[in-house]
Amino acid sequence: MPSLIDVENLTLKFRTDEGLVTAVENVSFSLQSGEIMGLVGESGSGKSVTAKALMHLNASNSVYGEESRITLHTDGGPVDVLSLKNAADLKVVRGGAISMIFQEPMASFAPSIRIGTQMVEQLQLHSDKSKAQAREIAVEMLDRVGISDPSTRIDQYAFELSGGMRQRAMIAMALSTKPRLLIADEPTTALDVTIQAQVLDLMKDLVKEFGMGIIFITHDLGVVAQTADKVSVMYLGKLIEEGPVREVIRGAKHPYTRGLLAALPRLDDLDAPLTPVPGDIPSPLERPGGCVFNTRCGDVIGDACTATVPLEQWVDPTHRVSCHLYDGKRKSGGA
Amino acid sequence: MSGKALISTEGLSVGYRVGKGPFSKSVLKAVDNVSIKIEKRSFFGLVGESGSGKTTLGRALLNAAPITSGSARYDDGEVSYNLTDIDKAQLADYRKRAQLIFQDPYAALSPRMTVRDIIAEPLEVMKITSGRAETDERVREIAARCRLNLEHLRRFPHAFSGGQRQRISIARALVARPQFIVADESVAALDVSIQADVLNLLKSLQADMGLTFLFISHDLSVVAHTCDYVAVMYLGRLVETAPTRQLFAAPKHPYTKALFSAIPSLDPDDQGRAQRLEGEIPSPTNQPTGCKFHTRCPHATDLCRSQEPVMEAVQPAHEVACHRWRELA
Repeated sequence: MPSLIDVENLTLKFRTDEGLVTAVENVSFSLQSGEIMGLVGESGSGKSVTAKALMHLNASNSVYGEESRITLHTDGGPVDVLSLKNAADLKVVRGGAISMIFQEPMASFAPSIRIGTQMVEQLQLHSDKSKAQAREIAVEMLDRVGISDPSTRIDQYAFELSGGMRQRAMIAMALSTKPRLLIADEPTTALDVTIQAQVLDLMKDLVKEFGMGIIFITHDLGVVAQTADKVSVMYLGKLIEEGPVREVIRGAKHPYTRGLLAALPRLDDLDAPLTPVPGDIPSPLERPGGCVFNTRCGDVIGDACTATVPLEQWVDPTHRVSCHLYDGKRKSGGA
Repeated sequence: MSGKALISTEGLSVGYRVGKGPFSKSVLKAVDNVSIKIEKRSFFGLVGESGSGKTTLGRALLNAAPITSGSARYDDGEVSYNLTDIDKAQLADYRKRAQLIFQDPYAALSPRMTVRDIIAEPLEVMKITSGRAETDERVREIAARCRLNLEHLRRFPHAFSGGQRQRISIARALVARPQFIVADESVAALDVSIQADVLNLLKSLQADMGLTFLFISHDLSVVAHTCDYVAVMYLGRLVETAPTRQLFAAPKHPYTKALFSAIPSLDPDDQGRAQRLEGEIPSPTNQPTGCKFHTRCPHATDLCRSQEPVMEAVQPAHEVACHRWRELA
């Protein structure tokens, strides 16, 4: 079975006054239908830029690498996302086969237009449903995501809903066109833990029901552990480790992934000291040579790390990591 | 608690008049009948969902929210102020002793001021130092404690990352040498990798400078790792207070238990959905009768719906406001 979406050698630079800034470099991954991929990394690691590239949604000053290829497999055959130019062609990746939900639902809904009107508008844009039919679907979706009294709520404005309700409405809107791929960019970060738990449960149920793929962008490894099937860790535009969620969380290979896990306050051991990843993520204008993580890495093994870019190593058939610790450059000792 | 209280409140309430027209009588009680003691040199955590009144309580203790009833007292051994009856001169002095660290280090720092000026501003505004040389010395001293060097002081905030900016905010709050710090969601906007660094810094500053913290957070795992004592709020009320370890080992209130079970576990195989809370925190303008939590509580009875529970001692220093904590334990 072909995958849902294939990303190959995605490189994305932004043209700025200071020159070309690399936001994403040589990122490749695939996602299957019904699979949830957690995309993890600090602010500035390129998670959101990567996700937006799937919808060809980055700003006009973006320059894609020549070898970058994103292929979306739809019922009508493969779509070469990066070759899509005009708005009519882009519809399929913007709300059609791919939908996106954002971190701050208040900023994603137009404040002066009723929620229902916005949902109907997007449904009509992506299907040939009549207004009445579209409204019916919208009410159904609001009901499905657990909004009580949906036929009243649909005529309300975003400010009349609470934060959790708004995020539910956002999810309802994103799913109303029955997308094959849902991109969720920090969808629960602005919510309370109790509401976050509800929204995460809802999203897991929806994957089972609709069978779509989800790319879940988050910086919270707890959220990833609870939702994702596989994890991709990004740092400064590079995908540095990818593997099944259990393997990555229990047996992280890359020093950065291990650092992220160690920095997390754990409830099962209140005496464990909090260990920050030292230093700050460098500015994309000053990308370090060699391995991009070498300025903060505690396991630097010599010139290799500062001089050569580590190649991807498969530590097992589903788990890959880009680090010199695993490519034989280390002289002795186990990893 | 055994130690001496720096902050103590008795039945503290904060209300805001809401509704239309100047004669509106309806009052929104953001904080309702809260009695707490914050021991000197402690790290006191305050948790609860948005809308639970955490921030308002913090502001009331800084004399920045209208206290409508009850009392709040500050006593650092040198001076003692009654916050509900404080005169202008006392308030000016209290401002030097009690400071706030904000949540968002991107919004809290003026983009037009250098880091040195940002940190020096409280000294100048409160006329603590007499002359530039003294100001500079104080700024450099606190900057060094917060791991900012002389080069950093010359720059503007835009040149800094989130973690560095939060260190600037901390330096600004501490430059007047306060005793009491309200840290309102001070690490919520930071990446985990940086969050640990800022938490460690706060802890070491507390130990070195003998500070007392009110640490407001919605993140229970952060609170578990930093605070000595935790108070859980719901809809303006305290529902449970206890020493951190005791609270995390044996929570008594159904709300506290639900908060704990909602934390996403780092173990992918631990996908328990037990005790998930239904619904959301009710609006404070339209509060439930009886126990405020009964609308979401899986154990609510008629008693819970009609009569409000009072704080009872579970153990010394561990109190809970629930009619049924004994049978549910």
